[in-house]
Amino acid sequence: MVVRRVLPVISGLAGIFFLVATAMATPPQGDARRGEVIYERCQACHSLQRNRSGPRHCGLIGRQAGSLEGYAYSPALKASGLVWSENTLDRFLENPFKAVPGTRMGYAGVKDPQERADLIAFLAAAGPCRK
Amino acid sequence: MTNDLTVAPRRSFLATAGKATLSAGAVLLLAGCSGNRAAMAAAPDADINILNAALGAEQEAIAAYQVGAESGLLSKPALNLAVQFQGHHKEHAEVLAKTVTDLGGRPVEPLASYDFPVEQLKAEADVLRFAAGLEKGAVSAYLGAVPLFEERELAKAAASILGDEAMHWAVLRQALGENPVPVAFVS
Repeated sequence: MVVRRVLPVISGLAGIFFLVATAMATPPQGDARRGEVIYERCQACHSLQRNRSGPRHCGLIGRQAGSLEGYAYSPALKASGLVWSENTLDRFLENPFKAVPGTRMGYAGVKDPQERADLIAFLAAAGPCRK
Repeated sequence: MTNDLTVAPRRSFLATAGKATLSAGAVLLLAGCSGNRAAMAAAPDADINILNAALGAEQEAIAAYQVGAESGLLSKPALNLAVQFQGHHKEHAEVLAKTVTDLGGRPVEPLASYDFPVEQLKAEADVLRFAAGLEKGAVSAYLGAVPLFEERELAKAAASILGDEAMHWAVLRQALGENPVPVAFVS
């Protein structure tokens, strides 16, 4: 009798737990227009088309980290073995120092998952380099 | 841009060079580089990397203001602002380079050339907007650097520079006829 009463409760809780866990595991959908505004934070060092004190970001998705010709990367980033994808960018942008210890990108990171998703959507939308 | 436009502000800047040295020294003291060398010696390589990243951005800002000052597009008041702000960035760069050296690191050198979007600078407003974008980015960069410093005195010094960059950003927005302080929090 007790089992019959408790089982639906456990089942309900398990369902709620599943829904919450699923929601947490699903990365937020990025919006490139919002990402463009967030990208302004990067513009002390970076731009899409030009290498500056930081490397340019055009053609970033699919590129081996630390591989852009004409830019002097840190040994740590070159040796990281990372290939930039939505997932690797998400991890790096959350906490660059933790993702790639020794990186020269002295930035604490973008902590908000939605902001990261928006920023990554903007970077992905930038497409390949013009020259 | 004729030389005439830049002579007076540069002389003015040179005339205040003594003040610049003093304020650089003040920031060094703030950073503990002069008074607490033993503690600074414990700063890890990560702090040197952060300082060098900031130094690289400051060097680029100096070069960017030079481009703006020599563009011939700035009125006298705007030119004076550009030269003054460039002077601040020179002070920041000087302090950052010295701090990196004091910590046992090697300061990054300015790039041989900078690839600025000069083709997009056609009027004074373009130059001011370009500078404002760099200053806004600098605010964000320092904001992202402050929490990372192992040595908290360095964080304090970086926050001091952040305040200066934020003032530049606000004044440039004002010069563009925009709301100088559009938000309560910077990000």
